[in-house]
Amino acid sequence: MKLKLFSYNFLDTPIHRLSGLTKLVSFLVLTFAVMYSYDIRFILFVTIFSVIILKVAKIKYSQIRLMIIYVLIFIAINFVLTFLFAPEYGVELYGTRHELFRIFGRYNVTLEQLFYQITKVFKYGSVIPLGIVFLLTTDPSEFAASLNGVGVPYKVAYAVSLTLRYFPEIQRDYRNISQAQQARGLEMSKKAKFADRFKNALMIIIPLIFSTIERVEYISNAMDLRGFGKLKKRTWYSKKKLTTSDYIAILASVLIFAVSVLISVFINGSRFYNPFI
Amino acid sequence: MRERPVIEFTDFTFKYFTQAEPTLYDINLKIYPGEKILIVGPSGSGKSTLGHCINGLIPFAYKGEIQGTLKIKDLVVAEQNIFKLSKIVGTVLQDSDGQFVGLTVGEDIAFALENDNVPTEEMHEIVRKVAAMVDMDKLLDSSPYELSGGQKQRTSLAGVMVDDVDVLLFDEPLANLDPATGKTAIEIIDDIHKKTNKTIIIIEHRLEDVLHRDVDRIIVINEGQIIADMSPDELVSSSILTQIGVREPLYITALKYAGINVTSDMCPSSLNTLKMDTVTEPLKTWYKSIEKPVKEEKGPVILTAENLTFSYDGKRKALDNVSFKIHEGEMISIVGRNGAGKSTLSKVLCGFEQQDSGSIYYYAEDIRDRSIKERAEIIGLVMQNPNQMISKAMIYDEVALGLRLRNVPEDEIRPRVQKVLEICGLSPFIDWPVSALSFGQKKRVTIASILVLNPKIIILDEPTAGQDYYHYTEIMNFLEKLNKMGVTIILITHDMHLMLEYTPRAIVMSDGEILADTSASVVLTDSRLIEEANLKETSLYYLAEKANIEDRTAFVQRFIDYERELRKNNET
Repeated sequence: MKLKLFSYNFLDTPIHRLSGLTKLVSFLVLTFAVMYSYDIRFILFVTIFSVIILKVAKIKYSQIRLMIIYVLIFIAINFVLTFLFAPEYGVELYGTRHELFRIFGRYNVTLEQLFYQITKVFKYGSVIPLGIVFLLTTDPSEFAASLNGVGVPYKVAYAVSLTLRYFPEIQRDYRNISQAQQARGLEMSKKAKFADRFKNALMIIIPLIFSTIERVEYISNAMDLRGFGKLKKRTWYSKKKLTTSDYIAILASVLIFAVSVLISVFINGSRFYNPFI
Repeated sequence: MRERPVIEFTDFTFKYFTQAEPTLYDINLKIYPGEKILIVGPSGSGKSTLGHCINGLIPFAYKGEIQGTLKIKDLVVAEQNIFKLSKIVGTVLQDSDGQFVGLTVGEDIAFALENDNVPTEEMHEIVRKVAAMVDMDKLLDSSPYELSGGQKQRTSLAGVMVDDVDVLLFDEPLANLDPATGKTAIEIIDDIHKKTNKTIIIIEHRLEDVLHRDVDRIIVINEGQIIADMSPDELVSSSILTQIGVREPLYITALKYAGINVTSDMCPSSLNTLKMDTVTEPLKTWYKSIEKPVKEEKGPVILTAENLTFSYDGKRKALDNVSFKIHEGEMISIVGRNGAGKSTLSKVLCGFEQQDSGSIYYYAEDIRDRSIKERAEIIGLVMQNPNQMISKAMIYDEVALGLRLRNVPEDEIRPRVQKVLEICGLSPFIDWPVSALSFGQKKRVTIASILVLNPKIIILDEPTAGQDYYHYTEIMNFLEKLNKMGVTIILITHDMHLMLEYTPRAIVMSDGEILADTSASVVLTDSRLIEEANLKETSLYYLAEKANIEDRTAFVQRFIDYERELRKNNET
């Protein structure tokens, strides 16, 4: 009953203590690093690193189970599609051909293709825990402050934070409305036909939209009355001052990024690590 | 000569672009620095519009046509922008939840400073100072969900005071508060007025509650015009309030029933100042003359709750061993502070939530196994906000929805809908769109859409919230009529008048438990109950005290009996 998707919960861990700006910058830098490199040794290193961060932030599996499932489904689909559309891409990349077995037509499983695709899976796998850490350990207002800090216009940043802030309340409205409509006879369980369920969902969504619009008008008045949007810039109450650990975290992320570039330039000679020659 | 007025309306008329007629006509009003002003008027009188003019939402957020001038601190409003005005007029809106923009108290107070680009450190300093003025400095890191209603009010107040505004405007500050919190809110406003000597404007129709502390002047608005601008004593002793449908203080009503001619030199605006010399004797005579009503026969027990216990999270009990019996044809109220378990109880009764232990009986049948849909045919629930219930564009479709979903043949639906709409006084609107209705009418549509399923019991959550006296009376008379037709009615309410006047019996809840189950007159005169449940003594109680009437509970009860008798006679 307590669906708390993306909800920030305050714990006192080193990760929570970092400023939102640090977390956003580190997340972006590390994402670039991993996206740039196709060296599985480096990527595995980042994967392990991000799982450790996940542990340090004391995020429980139960909190993120739903997200993980969606991500796994996405990765699986991506894996299959990559193979369907470009079964020979690995061979092309690495310049050798070690055929494992043949399926049919042009679909042959090669060691090179397998290696390429596994590298790609880990590329996704290594950044997703970092994204989760960022979302779950940054409170919405600080999140807005940090978005604004990296150059996103503050009105956009504030809109994002307000959405996160009011998410639980809209969930509560949804629940109330849904119960009241069920009392009037709406069948929301699997007993109803799919088309009916869609129609029935509409009967909850319409009142939800109207009550949400009411809320939005109210808030926007409250914000106008207190001078929101007056100047080109604004400051943030919840902005944390950068501390030594923030600098260390940013430095560490930049170093990791540098390592990724250096490995490509000096060791692999390209973005790809080629174990086949 | 007095100082220059801080707010000055001259021949001011305003018409919303979306409306055919002006909402405010020919307003001439001067408000001087340091004054404390109350603006009263029924719903739709234009009092909120007047407030919007003062804080700049008109013409900046709500567009319309302005004639005449409005000057604030000698600046012509139409030539300013809303931001400049927000530095002069600070507005505390009605719903302290809705206006909470920050995630914590500190952040919310800081909102205006953030928009002014104040550096973060300096901002923390100012926030601490202002929070201390309203005693919130120890709660800066709390989230709005952890605060009581009074604390939210304090936070909102601090949020507008960071700007060092000259005028504080309160737009229906009492609307969503329980009685005790409302009383505190009025005290907070008064304290701030005394401490800072800012100009205070309160827009509110709950006159008696605002007059808990002094105000300098009351402006009465009706149909877009100022019809009175006088001292509280003068207003209370005039007949203006009853004419326009704003409720007069209850003790004044009692004085009038006793045949006392209320005049302004009796200082009747507050019970503290009321001169009793010409009051005591006639009041006592009247009190003794009221006959006790014949006790009505109770019907059979229709609903029994037996040791109901329920928890949302498995830790805190939202309902703790709740037991009661309700008789057929009763009209009762359930009262208690926010979070006391009133709404949870109604959800468990309707089957939205399943109790962890205990049972609910409808007559003799245990209804545990009835689904939400099946229970709705016995117990209907009308939610507080009609917009959360209405899902069809047309009134007819909305009311027919419950029947259609139950596969009732269409030719049977029409007469049933017609009948229900007739009961609810909505027959002329049967083919109208819902959007054409007023708030009170929408409320009746939601009641109709529940009633059409023929439930024997209806639960209404705050049926009169945000309604002025006229609409309040209209809704309550309607519910009373329904009740007479045999529907058992349970009201969840904060409104002490409602409980006193319409429901002979009240269940008082606190922390998920039933504190008391007794008559309304007992509840509102028992100081222990009042404190624990965040209620407020009725002014009748103090009136009785001042008149040296010993049995104050009996005095309150007699008053109710007298009023009920009056209502009965009016109907016939």
